[in-house]
Amino acid sequence: MTAPSEITTRLTGFAAALRSHGIRIGTGETVDAARAVAALGFADRERLREGLAATLLHGTGQRQVFDPVFDLYFPQRVGAPAAEREGEPQDRDDLRDRLAAALAANDPALLGRLAVEAVDGFGGYGSSPGSDGWSSYQTLDRLRPQTLLARVRDGVRAGSGGGAFADRLLDDEIRRRIEAFRAMVAAEARRRVAERRGREEIARRAVAPTADRVDFLFAGKAQLAELRRTVQPLARKLATRLAARRRRAARGSIDLRRTLRGSLSTGGVPMRPVLRRRRPVRPELVLLCDVSGSVSGFSDFTMLLVQALHDQFSKVRVFAFVNRIDEVTRLLVHGAADPEGLGARIRAEATLTGWHGSSDYGLALGEFAERYDEAVGPRTTVFVLGDARTNMSDPNLPALRHIGERARRVYWLNPEQRSQWGTGDSAAPEYAELVEMHECRNARQLGELVTRLLPV
Amino acid sequence: MFTSVDDVSARLAETGYLASPAVATTVFLADRLGKPLLVEGPAGVGKTELAKAVAEVAGARLVRLQCYEGVDESRALYEWNHAKQLLRISAGRDETWDEARTDIFSEEFLLPRPLLTAIRGDEPKVLLIDETDKADVEVEGLLLEVLSDFQVTVPELGTITATRRPFVVLTSNASRELSEALRRRCLFLHIGFPDEELERRIVRLKVPGLDAALAESVVRVVGALRALDLRKVPSVAETVDWARTLIALGADTLGETVVRDSLGVLLKHQEDILKAAAKLDLDAL
Repeated sequence: MTAPSEITTRLTGFAAALRSHGIRIGTGETVDAARAVAALGFADRERLREGLAATLLHGTGQRQVFDPVFDLYFPQRVGAPAAEREGEPQDRDDLRDRLAAALAANDPALLGRLAVEAVDGFGGYGSSPGSDGWSSYQTLDRLRPQTLLARVRDGVRAGSGGGAFADRLLDDEIRRRIEAFRAMVAAEARRRVAERRGREEIARRAVAPTADRVDFLFAGKAQLAELRRTVQPLARKLATRLAARRRRAARGSIDLRRTLRGSLSTGGVPMRPVLRRRRPVRPELVLLCDVSGSVSGFSDFTMLLVQALHDQFSKVRVFAFVNRIDEVTRLLVHGAADPEGLGARIRAEATLTGWHGSSDYGLALGEFAERYDEAVGPRTTVFVLGDARTNMSDPNLPALRHIGERARRVYWLNPEQRSQWGTGDSAAPEYAELVEMHECRNARQLGELVTRLLPV
Repeated sequence: MFTSVDDVSARLAETGYLASPAVATTVFLADRLGKPLLVEGPAGVGKTELAKAVAEVAGARLVRLQCYEGVDESRALYEWNHAKQLLRISAGRDETWDEARTDIFSEEFLLPRPLLTAIRGDEPKVLLIDETDKADVEVEGLLLEVLSDFQVTVPELGTITATRRPFVVLTSNASRELSEALRRRCLFLHIGFPDEELERRIVRLKVPGLDAALAESVVRVVGALRALDLRKVPSVAETVDWARTLIALGADTLGETVVRDSLGVLLKHQEDILKAAAKLDLDAL
């Protein structure tokens, strides 16, 4: 990594890998990054990391993509550690002992070295040089760092004498340290695999996307929690945009009659144009959310977002359904601090299922048109959230048409990929003929759609 | 201004600002590449303090533009001193119109506001644009010219370009998304909560009377509170406040009673306090 051309190649490859994860990096940034490398040198890897982050990134959320990709392109070391070359057999218990001691001492540098050793000793699989690889899962499965908790606790207690107030936090602290160690193991395994398979491919596949690009339908529990944390900032952003749009729209057109009457004092010359004042009408919003298992992550997130935007509208009503529909507006009280439990609360307190547990859009839409007809009027914008998979039952198109005729606008946000619409039991194309349907697979798309579609 | 990253940390430390490696590296680069530095992060982690510390280290004058909703050109850039202009006009009754007109738009009648102040003059300056996210979007447009070319255009006078570039620090709490164009002109630095070791050092530096064991307990408790899902997690400033409170209460170790009595210094919402009390096994408040 000393020849200038190689550094350039490495740097541009790195920038390209970041771009492929949706981080926008222009040539200017790459040039700055090169200047940063020239100013900092390669001696200190963490400084290099911070320097590149400062020049290439523009926001906080991008860091979690940046770090793993950086580890791949600027690895701490190449190949296996020197000690292992001696041919010394790895002893699992010995490593666990040393790991426990390092966790008790809370020494990140030592933990890093142990992570390398662990992957080296227990992470390899396969026998032939062509098919083998490195697995963090296998390493952690054999090492079981999470079972060290009690030992580490005893170690720390023995060292400090114990009895201090802060010691009641010890378990959590040790858990966090273990979690950090697991991440180190994962990074090390990823680096080794990358060495073998080419880092472009690994950078593309093995690095988790930023939260706003996680697919609603495939998001895990932790990712959904992360997504919920983005609700407030996203809502604030959307509220600013909506307010700006409203300000612009409120300026309106010239009121000719009042302009001319005002011009009498200036001898008929209209010096001061009077604008027609609009009556401030806050739009009403109705949300119909499919909360059945498959799409609940998407609905939860959207409901939270709308709840956070709630003061932008005169009235928001939220209805949840699986195959029966019920109003859940009261469960989304403004400021409720527990977004995690929202889905569970809705399922516990509302009547959402009838004779069976799978979603049925036809029944739900029909029941909505029948029971809550008064909720929809000429000022209402209706959002339907769901994948339109109606389990082979009647899609009940007339009900949706009826809602569409009463409402100002109806939009359907579908968390499925557009190419999946109409496959299997999906009634998406039929519904899409009646109302505007949009693909909405992640928080980024949702944010864009919401600004575009929400009424002024 | 700085010779190396170590130089940055050492000299900042002399002023009482303990910089993490990320902070030191980025400040060094901002100085070396001559680019503005955009600092984001939660409230109370020392974003504004950083600008002040850099100004002190560099022996530079700190010019501060505090942004708020409604800050505009005349608050940020410059204003014409209308009163003085009127005086000038009424003082010279018998001169020709041409003389009067050219005169009243000269530098003498210009009231420089922070951005113009930072650009004019030869002495070293640190320009702090504080809470950039509070300003309206239009202000960002003003900033773009200043930040990319270090120049300001006054229609009546022409373009004023900096002879000596100021060190620029912009801070933001991310309450509004800043525009891509603005971000592109800056180096980006996120200051999060410091790691345990650094926070211990900060607390001991700011609260001299605190002994090592108590400092460690304080930092550990704050760390545990940050891991909770709170409405407002305690920041470094609050850790320091808490440490001062403990000294004032005469506590030399953390105990249940003293923590319960002083939790309000750390947490600002009743529901957070209840949650923390449950976590710390305190008896019901």
